[in-house]
Amino acid sequence: MKYLDEYRDPELARRLLSRIEEIAPGDRVIRLMEICGTHTVAIFRSGLRHLLPSTIRLISGPGCPVCVTANEDIDRAIWLAKQPGVIVTTFGDLVRVPGSTSSLNVERSNGADVRIVYATIDALQIARATPDRQVVFVGIGFETTAPTVAAAVKQAAAEGLVNFSVLPVHKLLPPAMGALLEEGNLQLNGFLCPGHVSTVIGASAYEDVVNRYGISCVVAGFEPLDLLHGIYLLVECVVKGTPQVLNQYRRAVSRDGNAAARRLMDEVFEPADSTWRGLGPIPLSGLRFRNSWRRFDAGERFSMPVIQVREDPACRCGDVLRGLMEPPQCTLFRKVCNPQNPKGPCMVSGEGTCGAYYRYHTESL
Amino acid sequence: MKQRTVQLDQGSGGRATHELVKGLFVEAFRNEFLLEMNDSALVQLNGGRIAMSTDSYVVDPVIFPGGNIGSLAVHGTVNDLAMRGARPLYLTAGFILEEGLSLETLEQVVRAMGEAARESGVLIVAGDTKVVPRGKADKLFINTAGVGVVPPGIHVAGQNARPGDAVLINGTIGDHGMAVLCKREGLAFENEIRSDSAPLHDLVRQMLEVCPRIHVLRDPTRGGVATTLNEIAQQSSVGIRLLEEALPIGEDVAGACELLGLDPLYVANEGKLLACVPADEAEELLQVMRRHPLGAKSRRIGEVTVEEPGRVFLKTRIGGHRLVDMLRGEQLPRIC
Repeated sequence: MKYLDEYRDPELARRLLSRIEEIAPGDRVIRLMEICGTHTVAIFRSGLRHLLPSTIRLISGPGCPVCVTANEDIDRAIWLAKQPGVIVTTFGDLVRVPGSTSSLNVERSNGADVRIVYATIDALQIARATPDRQVVFVGIGFETTAPTVAAAVKQAAAEGLVNFSVLPVHKLLPPAMGALLEEGNLQLNGFLCPGHVSTVIGASAYEDVVNRYGISCVVAGFEPLDLLHGIYLLVECVVKGTPQVLNQYRRAVSRDGNAAARRLMDEVFEPADSTWRGLGPIPLSGLRFRNSWRRFDAGERFSMPVIQVREDPACRCGDVLRGLMEPPQCTLFRKVCNPQNPKGPCMVSGEGTCGAYYRYHTESL
Repeated sequence: MKQRTVQLDQGSGGRATHELVKGLFVEAFRNEFLLEMNDSALVQLNGGRIAMSTDSYVVDPVIFPGGNIGSLAVHGTVNDLAMRGARPLYLTAGFILEEGLSLETLEQVVRAMGEAARESGVLIVAGDTKVVPRGKADKLFINTAGVGVVPPGIHVAGQNARPGDAVLINGTIGDHGMAVLCKREGLAFENEIRSDSAPLHDLVRQMLEVCPRIHVLRDPTRGGVATTLNEIAQQSSVGIRLLEEALPIGEDVAGACELLGLDPLYVANEGKLLACVPADEAEELLQVMRRHPLGAKSRRIGEVTVEEPGRVFLKTRIGGHRLVDMLRGEQLPRIC
């Protein structure tokens, strides 16, 4: 198919692989992190891991928004769903993520009104259609989805919709990359940066990471040749010792990204400290409403109490998200934790690392 | 967090359906025929072997490019019988109609059913009609059951795949599921995607004539090729290795799947069969299949292996390998 087959060509893939083999050092391991969950799945689906030289390790990072949503935020969404007259709306995977003691899915079967939407504007439509009910959208996602939520909030304000609000759980990627490197356990040599997020924030958003930590960042697309090309560029930077930002995905990502989307996001939200599952609190890595928009914050509208959070000590999603552990090393993996009965978010999400390992990987391959 | 109610994905034809059927129905009705978990059961009657099968149809929309719920209800049961090597003979039809259904729609569906039955060489010999109040059903649901005779010397079953067998398919995958989805969601692509709904008994008859030793025949309906191959791998305790580059996928289906984030391997077919056959007879069989109107695009898509019993693998276009799991969750609702 036009515009796809070109990026899946077996002969070009073979040539890129042999170029990677040529420049990969034989005497030391190069550790590269693909931050994005869509990359993780694309890598598994193409079977690319097994084709790389053994000295190049791909480590899956915290780039699945469902997975990094903290237990306390799931608990807050559940609390909202239990309030009389409230309709909670959100994206599909989130409803199955277990919080401290329950999930939105379980609350739904107990009678709560939880609805899956494909876009924030669908939640707005529900608010218009049910003026006697309060409609809350649980806003998860990175810089890719936050502008669409901002747009919906502005639309609600313009229409004078008083029964629509948002629980903002958005996350910003570059601060999390910094936090991973600060921790120091990973010994990373480079980041394969997410294509979708970068369409909004632009390739230049990673310059700070390169300057501060001396580690290369390559923005890459999602087809097999995109991934191989991105890995090739990263390995080349590492071997030459020239840390820099490179943009492999130029057909979609520019240096400065989508300024209009960012303006929208900046108008409604401002950066705030945020807690990530596995990574803990990271300064200025989330978004909260600016004062002039705070009336749309579900947390304020419903005077939410502080909720006692309980973590499942056996679930190692936190270590998986930090790249410190591969899913098969977790004692729950495949035994008691599977997509039907997930113990943690990395197994629930279609782009979670545990789910990807479960669906596509076996030790014997 | 134990589940207390029936969930939609238990009807998807994937793993959740499989677990419900095995854990509840097979357990409660326990007998040697059901335990085989094949498309139809083979029973002995008066010294001959009879294949029996039943299937219910709830597709939404009821009329779609390439067919409607009536023709589908005939083809589906005819195919389930054919997948045991049986010659389909008689069908029954049960209708559940919703109050308010347009008679014109009902006529269109029933006429298509009659035509499909004539084309398939089967007689619809008994039926039942119920009408339920508005909102208690969605337009109309149809159940068909069928019987057929299995000629002597034919032993086709899901548990008969052998290491070394070639895996064949009679054409492009995912056409039915995408035709229904595009119609329902009002998605238009350059060319209209048409359902592949068709009766496969004649193709099967010709295949068995040249190769009576065919080990397995299955029609990859709900859950798609991936789920059906996983079932064969488990029933036969073998591994199955697919070649990504060999999978026949129509341009429009590939494009629509790409756009919607669906994997054609999990999209339903209603006129396709998967065959596991001795490798030395695969070429001759493919030639016969390609001469049949329903097999022009027949391909060899993989092989049965000793390694990794119970699992399906894919060699990707760029030379990597990955696991191909059963359908989990619900990829597309109510496609048949």
